[in-house]
Amino acid sequence: MSTTTGPVSTGQAAPTGVVPDLLYSAEEQDLRDAIRSLLAGRADWPAVLARTETSETYDTGLWQVLAAEVGCAGLLIPESYGGAGASYRETAVLAEEAGRAVAPVPYLGSAVVATAALLAAPDADLLAGLAAGTLTAALAVPFDSRPSDELTGRVRVVGPQPGDPSGQVRLTGTIAGVADALPAGVLLVPADGVPAGLYAVQADSPGLTSTPVVSLDQTRQLADLALDNVPGRPVAAGPDAAAAVRTALTAGAAMLAAEQLGLAEKCLEITVSYLKVRYQFARPVGSFQALKHRLADLWVAVLQARAAARYAAACLAGGDPDSPVAVALAKAACGDAATLAAQECVQLHGGIGFTWEHPAHLYLKRAKSTSIGFGTPDWHRATLASLARLPGPGAQ
Amino acid sequence: MTGTGDGAGVTTEPVSADGLRQQVRDFLAGHDPASLPRLDFLRARFDAGLAAVHYPPGLGGQGLPRTLQPVVDTEFAVAGAPTNQPERNPIGLGMAAPTILAFGNEEQKARWMRSLWTGEEIWCQLFSEPGAGSDLAGLATRAVHQDGPDGGHWVVDGQKVWTSVAHHAQWGLLLARSDPDVPKHAGLTYFGCDMTGPGVEVRPLRQLTGEAEFNEVFLTGAVVRDVDRIGAVGAGWRVAQGTLMNERVSIGGTPVPREGGMIGPAVRTWRERPELRTPGLHDRMLRLWADAEVARLAAARFRQSLATGQPGPEGSAAKLVFARLNQEITEFEVELARADGLRYDDWTMRRSGEVDFYGRDVGYRYLRSRGNSIEGGTSEILRNIIAERVLGLPTEPRTDTTVPWKDLPR
Repeated sequence: MSTTTGPVSTGQAAPTGVVPDLLYSAEEQDLRDAIRSLLAGRADWPAVLARTETSETYDTGLWQVLAAEVGCAGLLIPESYGGAGASYRETAVLAEEAGRAVAPVPYLGSAVVATAALLAAPDADLLAGLAAGTLTAALAVPFDSRPSDELTGRVRVVGPQPGDPSGQVRLTGTIAGVADALPAGVLLVPADGVPAGLYAVQADSPGLTSTPVVSLDQTRQLADLALDNVPGRPVAAGPDAAAAVRTALTAGAAMLAAEQLGLAEKCLEITVSYLKVRYQFARPVGSFQALKHRLADLWVAVLQARAAARYAAACLAGGDPDSPVAVALAKAACGDAATLAAQECVQLHGGIGFTWEHPAHLYLKRAKSTSIGFGTPDWHRATLASLARLPGPGAQ
Repeated sequence: MTGTGDGAGVTTEPVSADGLRQQVRDFLAGHDPASLPRLDFLRARFDAGLAAVHYPPGLGGQGLPRTLQPVVDTEFAVAGAPTNQPERNPIGLGMAAPTILAFGNEEQKARWMRSLWTGEEIWCQLFSEPGAGSDLAGLATRAVHQDGPDGGHWVVDGQKVWTSVAHHAQWGLLLARSDPDVPKHAGLTYFGCDMTGPGVEVRPLRQLTGEAEFNEVFLTGAVVRDVDRIGAVGAGWRVAQGTLMNERVSIGGTPVPREGGMIGPAVRTWRERPELRTPGLHDRMLRLWADAEVARLAAARFRQSLATGQPGPEGSAAKLVFARLNQEITEFEVELARADGLRYDDWTMRRSGEVDFYGRDVGYRYLRSRGNSIEGGTSEILRNIIAERVLGLPTEPRTDTTVPWKDLPR
């Protein structure tokens, strides 16, 4: 028998079994109540559905209220920049509620991903604008980017041009399928060349074209970006820029998991409610054991997903070295749970669940899109091969 | 919030914890564990309210949250004090004690609790019958009342099955039919049954792993005193429900470290035997590791929510998940082992007191885990419980709950 006995600590960041607080604090519950009541009034599903067929698929007015009045935009931002100085635990509550409502607001791109990038590579002006709710930003990467991807080969630094008195850096290239770019005022663009780095680009710059994509998720419309000699301001360069992007995508994956948890929970709720009132064979269909067992399994999946999502939020909030494992677990468990919940929601509603006029399809489209966004469940599980020291065939 | 060392992550009152530590030190000052006979020491510990702090005052505890128990246990362990060997009396401590405390009368609590906790009297559970598994309320063991002093006694006839530790037990938690003329749930009564009396015969029940963890118990004119009845005549179903909630919590609720459960042996084999790995097995390994770790986190979260220590139907979820995981992991592990998976350590019929998942070979783990989704409530029944009690879905139309038990088809 050949043996490999590496350091036992790898993948063993919680060897004693001590687990951080995975429940919700009273403050987190208060935040949840505030967000839920706002979304119930301004983003009920008929309104969300109706908006998908307009030219303004993002509800920027609602995001203004959430961002500035409820203070959701600055949850991650320290008070020194004018933010709330909260953490990923509170931000996860925002994500859960946004998922429950399939709310068409750019919280993920702006208050999570772009904010996390700018916290890793601090830019006081941009952070102050984000915290105040006067600025919406997005990291210009494809939505299917994974945290460890090398984000190169799309945009290049092409200037300053000889003779340009401004000495302004210019960027040229394309980035397809960017989430939450459409309502953003500033785009954070990773670019190759000299100097390679992360650049802030004004969304209304000449030479920048943002084309809305007909997106699977109608409530989070993607954009294809084309930059032609567009001025950019350096935010971070070299390894710092790469680290900021990696941090941002990791945070995005973790908060997307929380969003999936909220979505899964909502799908379970509306399905259970429907099965109590839908009669066939002179019985509520929810009394048939074949359906009850499926819903029991779904409830268990949501319960497991909640533990994983809370663990990821708690690890990110505490800077825990187990964070990479926690995010992989959460994105895998919540992605699978959300997809299962939305698919069961369609199936167990029967015919009405297949119609445009029922919200199930909004959840289905959001669930599947988010399970691709920032890494599929399979991709995140695959990261455990190294994180948890479970190498594949051929490796020692 | 910080964890309490058992991974529960529940905040404890520092004052209470310190106060308890001092109580233990004061107790140890007057009771030297090295010189006192073991049972004398344990009885005195019980009488001092330091046995199980969540038990009531006067009955071995102080009515404190059960999350404080590790404080006391640690102090006694550090002092080298003898334990009550809880592994010898799992049914007694896990199910009989909460049932007696919740449903017994004061005389019964005073008579049973101390010898139960010290381990002087082992308890077993006489619930399941060959004809009553998932449909426990349909059980047929008859208890017929006979008049006499102190409420008289009951004569019990029937057969019980899947009874662990019955061959060591002094007492059994007995659920029996006291009235066949009423609907099945209403005709049950709950007793403490003296397992050493005449008419009680215990036989080992050999299982598919080769050995016998469990017993069959034949009750033939066994006599149970009415003073040993727990709860009112006809209230047995409600008392049994309380017992079963504790069973589900005890099956799914033990805190473990990462890779501490059934995933542990599979992961060790994976790391030590690279020649056994295949791409398909790798996918399964990663998925099972993730599922096991998420289940561990969910169990920890469940314990965090159990502030009062009262088990709810969520305990059913933990049991459901661990049954499925244990089966999937061991199925994976036996395939991974390949040639070793074709061998089995020992088919010899013998009695085994407790399940030893980790001290035996993969084949044993594979076979024994099949029972995880049957024992203590099948996974199918647990899904019904979740659907009805958690999600509030309607019950299936039933024909068996309103007619007298004696008229039911069987």
